[in-house]
Amino acid sequence: MAIATTPEFKTITINMGPQHPSTHGVLRLVIELDGENVVSIKPVIGYLHTGMEKSMESKTYHKSITVTDRMDYLSPLGNNMAYVAAVEKLMNLTIPERAQVIRVILLELTRISSHLVWLGTHAIDLGAMSVFLYCFREREKLLDVNDMVAGSRLTPSYFRVGGFFQDVPDAFVPHVRKFLAEFPKALGEYQSLLTKNRIWMKRTIGVGVLSAEQAIDLCLTGPSLRGSGVKYDVRKAKPYSGYETYDFEVPIGKNGDVYDRYLCRIEEMKQSLSIVRQGLDRLKPGSVRADNPYLFPADRTDVKLNMEELIYHFKIMSEGYRPPPGDAYFSVESPKGELGFYVVSDGSPIPLRTRVRPPSLINLQALSEMCVGRMVADVVACIGSIDIVLGEVDR
Amino acid sequence: MGLEELVPDGILTTTVEKMVNWARRSSLWPATFGLACCAIEMMATSAARYDLARFGAEVFRASPRQADLMIVAGRVSKKMAPVLKRIYDQMPEPKWVISMGACASCGGIFNNYAIVQGVDTVVPVDVYVPGCPPRPEALIYGIMKLQEKIDRAPLKGPDPAPMSEPPPPPSKASTASA
Repeated sequence: MAIATTPEFKTITINMGPQHPSTHGVLRLVIELDGENVVSIKPVIGYLHTGMEKSMESKTYHKSITVTDRMDYLSPLGNNMAYVAAVEKLMNLTIPERAQVIRVILLELTRISSHLVWLGTHAIDLGAMSVFLYCFREREKLLDVNDMVAGSRLTPSYFRVGGFFQDVPDAFVPHVRKFLAEFPKALGEYQSLLTKNRIWMKRTIGVGVLSAEQAIDLCLTGPSLRGSGVKYDVRKAKPYSGYETYDFEVPIGKNGDVYDRYLCRIEEMKQSLSIVRQGLDRLKPGSVRADNPYLFPADRTDVKLNMEELIYHFKIMSEGYRPPPGDAYFSVESPKGELGFYVVSDGSPIPLRTRVRPPSLINLQALSEMCVGRMVADVVACIGSIDIVLGEVDR
Repeated sequence: MGLEELVPDGILTTTVEKMVNWARRSSLWPATFGLACCAIEMMATSAARYDLARFGAEVFRASPRQADLMIVAGRVSKKMAPVLKRIYDQMPEPKWVISMGACASCGGIFNNYAIVQGVDTVVPVDVYVPGCPPRPEALIYGIMKLQEKIDRAPLKGPDPAPMSEPPPPPSKASTASA
């Protein structure tokens, strides 16, 4: 301690990451410390830069859907939604009612599964190991839903421009109903482990406080913004896929600390359950494909029996479809915040430019405001509370 | 039959090599090296349903100094590659590498300027697990394959079946001519 306070050794700079268990991926932080107090904190990003936006410039609109899955890999369907909705806006498509309802159901289930990973890892960072195991137990049931509808657990790429490639299987509705019945009990378990836990409260209450003004100035979105008491949700502000017809609340916090953001997300999971329940109730038989012959190939049996269908299938799959020249921006409420896609078309089957507004990257900028002046141990709590995914930060 | 007849009940004889390999393969300690999507499946593998502890490999260590298995879970960017090499160098011998997923194995769908086309260009890989991302069952199968490989390893001498080696560094003569 004596050494640290002498003038020439006033502060020390430490490097946290890129390989660190609590940085949720490959985030690197350069932290300047005075004793145990944080003087400045600088995130260094780019360790997972994948060149996704550039890759999408060389793929057809259809193929780019798989790239979006791997961006925010905790909510793949949320990314699918933002991208296909931008292209649908460009092509001015009308999506059938059934497809819109299934989309809402899947988006809300994805929100729950993303929040479960956040809760598990956030708790592990602050020393509560068992919460992680309980969260992943429930999450597996949601991954089973992905598996059921698309054949892949983590990267389903289920959404298509114009709806879905195929309808959900018959087992979908009973499986989701079963989950709806089971999940409130599990949510109660998490809360009984954490909400009134004295250690958890000491580590989170009053830590990483952001006022509403600060949060708006930093352009935060999602639960990180709502924790500070600002009622902004893209599902309410700019409804999409029929969200305006669902009855749900937007939970907000009061103090803007880590604990309030935690409570916001827990409450959001409850609201998501309610939305899923409403969606299941209004699910009626019907088509899940938009009425546009250029988007979807014929049925598989027809492709195998008729030559014209086969040629048609080949043409759609190899060449793709051509949106009219123009540009479109579409944003959705991903579990992290406002996720937007900006797509520019020049009339060819390949987008001229695709730009992403990643909520994680923008929310990460709040880290410095939250941590400076606090202890180094609070840095981990703050990183967990803004719920970043490095795949989306770096793209 | 030889020595067993002379020792009392409850004592087995074996070779040092078999016993050391048994100990090594039964308690693999992976380094926490999650990079991208595959890391989430790696976490799922160690979590409740798949329970990697059944195979003795659930103790994920944050420090490479305490680990002997590196599961490269996800795409390796060109900025990350030197870090990965350094972490691999920090792990004590004997050490093994599992390349998890298409991106780590060969670049996957990202054949572009940013991604290293296969982690075997940076560190030697023992087992490749295909998939994008591989299911937890696939990762567990990869770990079991690695355990089989460790079982076959002689106590002294080189690795019996090196599946890949890093390419030799470019010689000065070739770079000069290029």
